[in-house]
Amino acid sequence: MTTARDSILARLRAAIHDDARPDAAGADLDRRIDAHFDARREHPQAPPDVLAQRMQAALEAVRAQAWCLRADEWPAVLTTRLAAAGVRRILVDAASPEGRALRAALPAGVEAVAFERPLEDWKQELFGTVDAGFTVARSGIAATGTVVLAPDAATPRTVSLVPPLHIALVHARTLHADLHQALHAERWQDGMPTNLVLATGPSKTSDIQQTLAFGAHGPRWTWVVIVTDAAEAEAKETP
Amino acid sequence: MSTSTLHFVPPQDFHARSRAALDDPQLRRSFRGAMTFLQDKRRGQFGDEDELQHLRDLGEAVRKHALARLPDLLEQLEAKLTAAGARVHWAATPEEANAIIHAIATGCGARSIVKGKSMASEEIELNHYLQERGIACLESDMGEYIVQLAGEKPSHIVMPAIHKTRADIASLFERHIPGTAYTEDVDELIQTGRRTLRNAFVEADIGLSGVNFAAADTGTLWLVENEGNGRLSTTVPDVHIAIMGIEKVVEKLEHIVPLASLLTRSATGQAVTTYFNLISGPRRPGELDGPRELHLVLLDNGRTQAYADEQLRSTLQCIRCGACMNHCPVYGRIGGHAYGTTYPGPIGAILSPHLLGLESTADLATASSLCGACGDVCPVRIPIPQLLVRLRTEANRDPRALVAHPLRGQGAKYSRGERLVWRFWRGAFGRPAVYRLFRWAATRLRWLAPNDQLGWTRYRTPLKPAPRSLADLLRERGQP
Repeated sequence: MTTARDSILARLRAAIHDDARPDAAGADLDRRIDAHFDARREHPQAPPDVLAQRMQAALEAVRAQAWCLRADEWPAVLTTRLAAAGVRRILVDAASPEGRALRAALPAGVEAVAFERPLEDWKQELFGTVDAGFTVARSGIAATGTVVLAPDAATPRTVSLVPPLHIALVHARTLHADLHQALHAERWQDGMPTNLVLATGPSKTSDIQQTLAFGAHGPRWTWVVIVTDAAEAEAKETP
Repeated sequence: MSTSTLHFVPPQDFHARSRAALDDPQLRRSFRGAMTFLQDKRRGQFGDEDELQHLRDLGEAVRKHALARLPDLLEQLEAKLTAAGARVHWAATPEEANAIIHAIATGCGARSIVKGKSMASEEIELNHYLQERGIACLESDMGEYIVQLAGEKPSHIVMPAIHKTRADIASLFERHIPGTAYTEDVDELIQTGRRTLRNAFVEADIGLSGVNFAAADTGTLWLVENEGNGRLSTTVPDVHIAIMGIEKVVEKLEHIVPLASLLTRSATGQAVTTYFNLISGPRRPGELDGPRELHLVLLDNGRTQAYADEQLRSTLQCIRCGACMNHCPVYGRIGGHAYGTTYPGPIGAILSPHLLGLESTADLATASSLCGACGDVCPVRIPIPQLLVRLRTEANRDPRALVAHPLRGQGAKYSRGERLVWRFWRGAFGRPAVYRLFRWAATRLRWLAPNDQLGWTRYRTPLKPAPRSLADLLRERGQP
């Protein structure tokens, strides 16, 4: 008995004649894509502070809040904002240095929650009682204000998805000019995590008479802390 | 809540439904407003004409490149995803796809499915199929949720509830969602939708989604959305089933970069959407969320028919942005439901004949003035007007004619009488002596022209040959 798989593949193969010039055509296509995006980038490698400014502007354009802050000042600024926004429970990992710094700075009345159990063990609690989720982005894309999130065991996928407020921290030194640059610089083709999320601002919809509304099913508010450590950035610049 | 009453409309009643749509001023207003809005949004994204044309070249090249090696890429995608722990299923027909999904659901004892947006699942009428077998499907995309509540189907592939006014939605919510007061405040309506659907994500046994692009080299499914319902559907339930047409795979992840840019800018005029959700496998040991099972259903449903023919193959380049319908003067006036197919508008007219056969869809290709707007905006340069003409030819071809790649329903509009008229015309027009005789007869016998000339005289005065032919008048003036 032929399976659907066999019959589909056979029908496709029967329709291919002499199209197979894979290598040459493939390399040419890759070059054309690279040339397109490289030619439209102002600097081949813009400095982190320029990218940070651009990132902030792009985020504000999609109704996210974004701040450029130094490594020694962001925990205090963020915790003040959290308290002002009335956040009571926030998902923060205890593994990353940034997570530990935020935990240390949280005022009384704001509880840090760690994601320690499998989701199915506390779905209702996560959906019902957590106000905010804190993630450290792998990198960022300045042109569009996008944070690149690679969820892992310490900061699972739902941290940036289920609570109504998502706070992402991104280091200015990890910013890329655009998606094309991010994909190449980080060599995504060498191996992808089970889930990689490019998130740009709060969730939204225009499904009712083309009227834009925020807070569809994902977070209603997105805050992004862009950490601009001047000393660190300069150290990176000079070889 | 009514999740049961779906309206199945036969596409062959296209003419009757078009007339009804044209007589509905509210519908006309909804579509006119939406089309203008979407056209403006797209135009705002493509200020640099040179960049747009280059990007369209790239989009076309990436899609053609992938289609040229489609069977290999599908096998590579399957191997990559299988190695990551996912299961890949192949379905030649909608029945097979439905049966596969039903078997997965029964296998894990599922009673409810929460759906992200998927046109492929609309194509196979999945909700209806599962409903009959006791499994509830709940649409979670706001637009899809609205049309599901109304017992309708999407009228646009990107904005499913584009035909509805906010007043329609306000009364729909008031009627169907307990404890909801009538309000036309869009923010409030969306928050109501959010609250109502929240629990569905927590309780659903399965999340089902479509796929926008798939990369064969990394085995990645690339999902594009704004609402977050796609991420919730593919993250929170224990099982995730993704369904996609076989044409959506490309060779490399990096090839999706130009396509993603073209898609979001052409569809909704956004530089990017809120989420690009890249899925490359189910939850791994040690991870604390994400589905434990990931299934991918690869759907043919007539796509291999389009693939077999060199010209029609370009139909499969489509990335489902909807720009062709947003710019189509016919779609903009009759709306999506008139087509009666899952995919309306110009792309629907060129794709549906492969999915459903020409018997029921032959009229769709005639719903075009061939103005060319669809081809001009297509981000992957599908020559839609040429394909519309080609499908008209196939629909009028002698059903018994032998061709290299016959289409299902070839000759659905074939008419012996029409064929005879054309043969006569060719005979007369091709021979000067016969044509002169024809001209002489036509001018002398003009009083024989009937007053009832079928469709023509419904809105126009009857055609009557002139008393003197143009050639005669010119000769009188001394011009040859």
